[in-house]
Amino acid sequence: MDERERINRLRWRCTRRAMLEMDLLLGEFLERIFPTLGPAQAEAFIVLADMEDLELWPLINGSRECADPVQAEVVALLRDVRVK
Amino acid sequence: MSNSSIPVRKFDAVIVGAGGSGLRAAIQLSEGGLKTAVLSKVFPTRSHTVAAQGGVSASLGNSEEDHWHWHMYDTVKGSDWLGDQDAIEYMCRKAPEVVVELEHFGMPFDRTDEGKIYQRPFGGHMSNFGEKPVRRACAAADRTGHAMLHALYQRNVRANTQFFVEWMALDLIRDESGQVLGVIALEMETGEVVAFHAKATIFATGGAGRIYYSSTNAFINTGDGLGMAARAGIALEDMEFWQFHPTGVAGAGVLITEGVRGEGGILRNSDNERFMERYAPNAKDLASRDVVSRAMVTEINEGRGCGPNKDFVLLDITHLDPATIMKRLPGIREISIQFAGIDPIQAPIPVVPTCHYQMGGIPTNFKGQVVAPDGAPVKGFYAAGEVACASVHGANRLGTNSLLDLLVFGKSSGDSVIEDVASGAVVHQDLPADFADRTLARLNRLNTQTGGSNVNETRLELQRTMQKHCGVFRFKEMLVEGVAKIVEIEKAVARTEIKDKSQVWNTARVEALELDNLIEVAKATLVSAEARKESRGAHVRDDAPDTPENPNGRDDANWHKHTLWQREGSSLSYKPVTMTPLTVETIALKTRSY
Repeated sequence: MDERERINRLRWRCTRRAMLEMDLLLGEFLERIFPTLGPAQAEAFIVLADMEDLELWPLINGSRECADPVQAEVVALLRDVRVK
Repeated sequence: MSNSSIPVRKFDAVIVGAGGSGLRAAIQLSEGGLKTAVLSKVFPTRSHTVAAQGGVSASLGNSEEDHWHWHMYDTVKGSDWLGDQDAIEYMCRKAPEVVVELEHFGMPFDRTDEGKIYQRPFGGHMSNFGEKPVRRACAAADRTGHAMLHALYQRNVRANTQFFVEWMALDLIRDESGQVLGVIALEMETGEVVAFHAKATIFATGGAGRIYYSSTNAFINTGDGLGMAARAGIALEDMEFWQFHPTGVAGAGVLITEGVRGEGGILRNSDNERFMERYAPNAKDLASRDVVSRAMVTEINEGRGCGPNKDFVLLDITHLDPATIMKRLPGIREISIQFAGIDPIQAPIPVVPTCHYQMGGIPTNFKGQVVAPDGAPVKGFYAAGEVACASVHGANRLGTNSLLDLLVFGKSSGDSVIEDVASGAVVHQDLPADFADRTLARLNRLNTQTGGSNVNETRLELQRTMQKHCGVFRFKEMLVEGVAKIVEIEKAVARTEIKDKSQVWNTARVEALELDNLIEVAKATLVSAEARKESRGAHVRDDAPDTPENPNGRDDANWHKHTLWQREGSSLSYKPVTMTPLTVETIALKTRSY
């Protein structure tokens, strides 16, 4: 799978989710923040994007803690996303 | 590409959509021994059913006396008497059975101390034919839809249902007699176009809330089933009826709960006026949803909206103690910061009435069979859930009946398929030679279009047109203008151009194909709404006000009937509302008041 295909698949999985809130947040993150991430953070984001919305949402709103430190960094970035 | 190059896969049944209704139908079919394919744009547990929090209603009577007949009355009244009383009786009678079944599938319902399913009160749920509130909603905390989807998915895994994940169905296959023979679908991972040749096809594709600019619906809800049905010559029923919530974040659509106004939130216009004092002097900001929504739209239409385009109003909680906001509304503060860029402790939240649920859809009977305008089943075609119009929601849906609809009609459509396959009523008919021509022509047009329209811009234009011309409160001239505009937008949709022509994971192509479906729904909605010259349920017109002759603007003499919109010629016809229930007496027409 080439880079375009990989990103397009990720884009689909970020913007066709169960909840509108997550479509908006992950879609915005993918366009603006994801290209600036290092490889470890990018991997952590892909793992987060694979989670179901009701697993991911508590991490973003802070009601659950991330066990993995790199994942926690990415969640902090997600929390700072402002949807335009 | 010619037909011969399209691979054909044969199944007894194909289900399009893997949300609540698709999964419920799939259980019937797989456990019934049918070779079943379920196609979904996403992994099943990512379907929009997850977003349903409130609960599922059933007259179990676990907390106090309840009866399916009372539930039926509430549903008929909620529908503003546009719901079909045979389907409503069927749904309400079946509710306890499907809820208990779901419990046996492993659904983690909240429980009473005695271990029974806990039931809570919900707006519009009453005992003894509207007398007093009753506890009828069964829930799993605020994750009912999510828990339901997981229970249904697990049951399907057990039954060996075959899922085709990240596939988009493109078109129905029908033969000359009108029988449905399956669907043509696109696998996103390969770009391959495949025919799913089936004895029976069930549509469970959900709603199309993305036709509106402000919508609580996830991006996935593009009305694919409605688009496919319309292109195949199936009429769409009662598409003018859409449920709105008064306060979605302007631009984003994310819901701001009524609780904010309950805690003292105030709606203000561009003059900083608390305008609800004029519309509802007593209840003010706590007036009912429709009253608040209408007042908001009136303020915007009369030029007192806020922002550069004067197209939203403000929900103000800056006068509340920050400690109260942090304590009682922490989630809302976060939503406002993330989706409006505003900390509501410091500044008011921009809000607009926001589309939430589609009452209309593909016409079906209570058995989940798709029906022609004369009521005869369309052979081989079934539908359930938000895409279908049974019609149990009529002009307005009663809260918690959406999850019930999924369970009851998901199951009944599955049972109908089993019966029709077993009796030989549906068999594998030969595919017509040209079965894929129209779909392939559509794909080819998209691949070769030059100098065409931009998909995102055209979709936005469609959504803004629907929001402005056919929103929660409707005006004659705006509707007429809206119909003309949507016809223009339809021309742009027919000329969409994508830069990416690749096969594998071409999301631009998929989004263009979704837009092909959105335009059908938008057109059906606007044309149906323009034609219906009364107010009923969620369809409220400025020129059909509350009068002594027509309370609430409802005109039963002329408009107590279902709309049917046909894509061919964008024509309308009407059919009577079924007023005869299955076993009980008709719930006679009456003014709807709460």
